[in-house]
Amino acid sequence: MIIGLDHYLAVSAILFGLGLTCILMRRDLLLILMGLEMNLNAANLALVAFSRYGRGADGQVLTLFVIAIAAAEAAVGLAIVVALFKNRRSVNADDFRSLKG
Amino acid sequence: MSMPSPEQLTWFLLFAPLVATVGILLFTRRRPMASAVLSIAAVSLSFVAAVKLFLVVASGAVVSIPPHIWLAAGPLIVEWGGVVDRLSVLMLLVVTGVGTAIQVYSVGYMRGDSGVPRYFSLMSFFTFSMLGIVLAPNFIQMFIFWELVGVSSTLLIGFWFERPAAAAAGVKAFIVNRVGDAGMILGILMVWGYAGSFDFAVLAGKWQGLGLSPVILAAAAGLIFCGAAGKSAQIPLHVWLPDAMEGPTPVSALIHAATMVAAGVYMVCRVAWLMAASPAMMTVIAWTGGLTALMAALIAVTQTDIKRVLAYSTLSQLGYMMLAAGLGGTTEAMFHLTTHAFFKALLFLAAGSVIMALHHEQGIWRMGGLWKRMPLTFIAFLIGALALSGIWPFSGFYSKDEILFLALEQSRGLLVIGLVTAFLTAFYMGRILWVVFFGEPRDGVLYGHARESSMVIILPLGILAVLSVAGGWYSVVPHFLNPGLVAAVPSDKIMAGFLAVPLIGFLLAWRVYGKAPTDDAVLRRILGPVYRWMENKFYFDEMYGWLVDSVQDTIALVCETFDRWILQGVGVGGISGITRGLGGVVRVIQSGDLRFYLFMAGAGVVALLFWWMRL
Repeated sequence: MIIGLDHYLAVSAILFGLGLTCILMRRDLLLILMGLEMNLNAANLALVAFSRYGRGADGQVLTLFVIAIAAAEAAVGLAIVVALFKNRRSVNADDFRSLKG
Repeated sequence: MSMPSPEQLTWFLLFAPLVATVGILLFTRRRPMASAVLSIAAVSLSFVAAVKLFLVVASGAVVSIPPHIWLAAGPLIVEWGGVVDRLSVLMLLVVTGVGTAIQVYSVGYMRGDSGVPRYFSLMSFFTFSMLGIVLAPNFIQMFIFWELVGVSSTLLIGFWFERPAAAAAGVKAFIVNRVGDAGMILGILMVWGYAGSFDFAVLAGKWQGLGLSPVILAAAAGLIFCGAAGKSAQIPLHVWLPDAMEGPTPVSALIHAATMVAAGVYMVCRVAWLMAASPAMMTVIAWTGGLTALMAALIAVTQTDIKRVLAYSTLSQLGYMMLAAGLGGTTEAMFHLTTHAFFKALLFLAAGSVIMALHHEQGIWRMGGLWKRMPLTFIAFLIGALALSGIWPFSGFYSKDEILFLALEQSRGLLVIGLVTAFLTAFYMGRILWVVFFGEPRDGVLYGHARESSMVIILPLGILAVLSVAGGWYSVVPHFLNPGLVAAVPSDKIMAGFLAVPLIGFLLAWRVYGKAPTDDAVLRRILGPVYRWMENKFYFDEMYGWLVDSVQDTIALVCETFDRWILQGVGVGGISGITRGLGGVVRVIQSGDLRFYLFMAGAGVVALLFWWMRL
């Protein structure tokens, strides 16, 4: 069996679905962040695959950016989680519902 | 150094007091003495300039100051200039001369007050505004200064604004004047609409020749007269002047006796061509003046506050001036205005001297026997009272005589009113003299404290006393105003009659008040219910109070209801209600639940995906 673009995309889609499921199903903010990372990596995988099978290195460059930004985003996200925990002694997403109209 | 030209003199005279105002506000706000010096220096320099202008004009030279265009918008052209003729020069002399005396007096009267710099800056500002009215060559310029005078008058009436009565009196003066001024600006617009100019000289030349209907002529004159009635406190806009006595006494003397209230009379004389074009309006003016004179004199008889008596007598004398102006006697009106400025300022300043000596007691029934304690003040007040009552040979005799003679020639009704008023004037001045200065002291403590005032008070009294005595001699003022005048001299019999009337008034006052009574019981008994009417000022204030309470408040209620329920409720409330309702529906999905938001986002992506694939 030859491994082609479709296979990469399928893995990427599965990975994205897992991440999304994680985000939607878990209450722990840390796990939600992990699901988010998984989504990003699914996208990265798709981008690299497109780059490999298509023309040019655009996708790979973009992926590098995404990884860098994901690192920053993870740092900020974790800092927020730590701050929330310090104030409220909880990392349960259902405990934070004051942001509403 | 060459002599300054009349034009330079005029501008110097006008702006010197304004410079003093600004100087005080900027530099000497914390230094009372420096403020006083600055203000007095400005007004006395203006006086010197006025004397120079007087000499120029008296020599027969015509001073013309070319106007500059200030605003030009299509057919509307407003100019800025100055008019220096016999009428305005006389008024300039009165304003700056009496103003100088009163400002010197103020140094003594206001000593120790915490607001002296503010006082002098306002006095200077008033002087500037008043001179502006006098010099104005067109309606717009006059109206601007007219309003400035109103503002400075209000601020000075409410000078002691921490006293509620003073603040209220200031507001009252402002509002009542505004009623008159509303008419005046309509009149100005009307004149401009028909004649296309604001300039007095231009209008005087063409107004009669426009061929306007009598109704239009009367309406224009009447509307302009509204402004004069407001400033000169004629019926029915007289109610503010007695209340204006809440201000410091020198303010009452300068603004509410000698100058500002005379502005209405001056304006009527200035636009005599406008008034004369409508004989009907002239009659209205004359009768308004006559009735004001009579009514104010009746009220003055019953007042127990020394300043209020003088305030009503001012009303009464302004009535005389309007009467004269209404009979076409511009010269007579200005003559009486001039002498009145002298003796009424004198009376107010003398009253202020008494009030100060008695620690700001103003009720006449707590005074008495003061001539022994304050002989100089007494003499000054006596001279003022005799001049006001029109006793020979004091100045008031000459000027009032001319007005009465004018009435004798033209209208018997007005002559009777004038004579009755003259009688009442002598009566109430006699009452004040006997109650305040003669008889026994009614309040031993106050009497014990009373001392003659200091030189800075007495000196202005002396100057004004001399003017009050001699101001009418040889008819200097009428001859200056009207050089070609050949006055019809009334016969000796008529003169004697005019002189007898006030003498009878004095005699009667002596009969009633000569025996040192302690109140007005005698008069009250004789006059009965009429006295109550007079005492309550013919219920003008109550009537206006009723007008405001019932009529105006009803209209206001209707407007408020419309505003609250229709505009606010349906208009504003409707739009905001719809927005709020929609918001309430959309708000339901804003639960604050993070995972719900994420689910919605995911569901949205999935939905988009499906939609895209299906297409």
